[in-house]
Amino acid sequence: MAIVHGAVENDSATATRRSSAVLPWRRILARVVSGAVVLWAAVTIAFFTLQAIPGDIADILAGEQTYPGLKEAISAEWGLDESVFTQYLAFLGRLVTGDLGTSYVQRQPVADLLAAQVWSTIELAVVAGVVSALLAVVLAVVSIGRSRVVRSAMSTLELVFTSVPTFWVGILLLMLFSFQWRLFPVAGANGWQSLVLPVVTLALPTAGFLAQVIRESMERTLTEPFIVTVRSRGVSESLVLLRHALGHALLPVMTLVGGIIGALLGGAVITETVFGRPGIGTITLNAVTGKDIPVVIAVVLFAALIYVVVSTVLDILYTIVDPRLRAQR
Amino acid sequence: MTDLLEKVKADAALAQASIVTPTPRRRRRGPAPSVLVAGAFVLVLLVAVALPQLFTSVDPFRTVPTDGLKPPSAEHWFGTDRLGRDIFSRVVHGARYSILIGLSATAIAVVAGSILGLIAGLSGRLIPGRVGLLVDETFGRLFDVISSFPGVLLAMVVVTFAGPGVQNIAVAIGIASIPMYGRVVRSQTLLVTRADFVTHAAIYGRSRARVVIEHVLPNVLVAIPVLAAIDVGASILAVSGLSFLGLGPQAPIPEWGVMLAESRDVLRIAWWGGVFPGLFITASVIALTVLGRALQRHIDGRKS
Repeated sequence: MAIVHGAVENDSATATRRSSAVLPWRRILARVVSGAVVLWAAVTIAFFTLQAIPGDIADILAGEQTYPGLKEAISAEWGLDESVFTQYLAFLGRLVTGDLGTSYVQRQPVADLLAAQVWSTIELAVVAGVVSALLAVVLAVVSIGRSRVVRSAMSTLELVFTSVPTFWVGILLLMLFSFQWRLFPVAGANGWQSLVLPVVTLALPTAGFLAQVIRESMERTLTEPFIVTVRSRGVSESLVLLRHALGHALLPVMTLVGGIIGALLGGAVITETVFGRPGIGTITLNAVTGKDIPVVIAVVLFAALIYVVVSTVLDILYTIVDPRLRAQR
Repeated sequence: MTDLLEKVKADAALAQASIVTPTPRRRRRGPAPSVLVAGAFVLVLLVAVALPQLFTSVDPFRTVPTDGLKPPSAEHWFGTDRLGRDIFSRVVHGARYSILIGLSATAIAVVAGSILGLIAGLSGRLIPGRVGLLVDETFGRLFDVISSFPGVLLAMVVVTFAGPGVQNIAVAIGIASIPMYGRVVRSQTLLVTRADFVTHAAIYGRSRARVVIEHVLPNVLVAIPVLAAIDVGASILAVSGLSFLGLGPQAPIPEWGVMLAESRDVLRIAWWGGVFPGLFITASVIALTVLGRALQRHIDGRKS
């Protein structure tokens, strides 16, 4: 690509060569800006969603109580009298300082509510993510280049993993490992034993999906010329697969990691409910049923923030790691 | 009038048949056994959706307190739940809810995504200057924003506002899939509007509206069925998940996710309540995914 570019445009030939040596700053900047725009839009939509609540916010806050002057007092306290634009600026300002608002139901800062539970969810999601990645790599590597029987067995397994509802896996695991064999606790979040079943529950669907993606990517990689070169050096087939094809095939998967983290967070809501595990999921579910809108919005914004930051960083890393993208600009 | 319509259809079918028969390419191999099994299962499901009475005469809502938590037997194939309701009958009648809500969610996403994608793709082409590009860009960012929220959480936001229920959950899950269809339709629109036959149609003096309706639209929308077929399974999964959380159809309704949620309290003594509905969700999703992939392979094969 770079060679063709340079040959056609003589003037820019040197520039092209130099830009392939340094980082593609323009691309990185564009990616950062677009990530920021998406976040800003998400925040703005969140604000207007809060504004569009059916019914008066002051009524919701007042709940069952009614006495003269109560609504006015609440409006003053929550700044509901100000113009929409002022409220929007205040909302942005509070978000920047980490103030996510106050729960309508619990009367506590949302940030405190979330901070108390977030680690339990992050623990679950991170461990499940690692387990699913390992499982996916094993599934993909074991099935590649094998007989049709092995391959179709593996892809059937993946299909089952991706088609099975998360909560049903949880229920089945509970039935077998907690009720039948009493190996793991039924509920709670104490020690590693209580983490095993939720992690397996959350990891299986992701592993099924990832395994499909990795295998397709590996199959594509194995047809590339450099694999022939590696093989011609007499490198053993398992080394070709593990060292050369796998690393290469994992690169494009990086761009999916943001989405996978989102799916893990969403799945954590369901998994935590099945296993009665404290965490963001339990908070969110309670907030949804209790119409505690600031909490729901905060959780969603938190998830969007993680998604945008992770996928932006990984996309940039991807352009840095893969020299072919650098040359194209 | 209808006769005429029938005749036109028959003629078209005949014309198509005469085109297809003399080309015995590698399509001689019939569909794979897995596709046949999946097709048969989906057919049975659709019959259960339309006429659940064909499979069972037992009322899914009838409670028989003395028959509570009976294990599977000849009388109750899948056993009974805590209230003595027949689980087999509930699973059969539940197909209507689980499958139909999933289908509606997909339909909502397809329609909304296609419209937004078309507007984005066409405005980049038809509206001159920066305005068109700006509209296109705005829709692209809108898709980015929607897809930056995890689907389950986004659906939960919708339910927070609209309240739980059958229609609301379909909309909630549909919204999360809009970006997928929107992006595909947008890029397909850009591709098609650049194609020669569209330019030719414009040169021959067809109005813009006619070019769009007669040439662009059909060629853009061909991409949808495959996507939708593969996505329906995911929608059904999402619906059952939200129902399980209690955000979809409410308790006496025999939706599969709701049934599994109800079975949790008695799981220790009655495993059957926690097994059969989940089995049917999984089987439905697998069958629909297999069919969707077969359709994709079929269409890809025809293109090449």
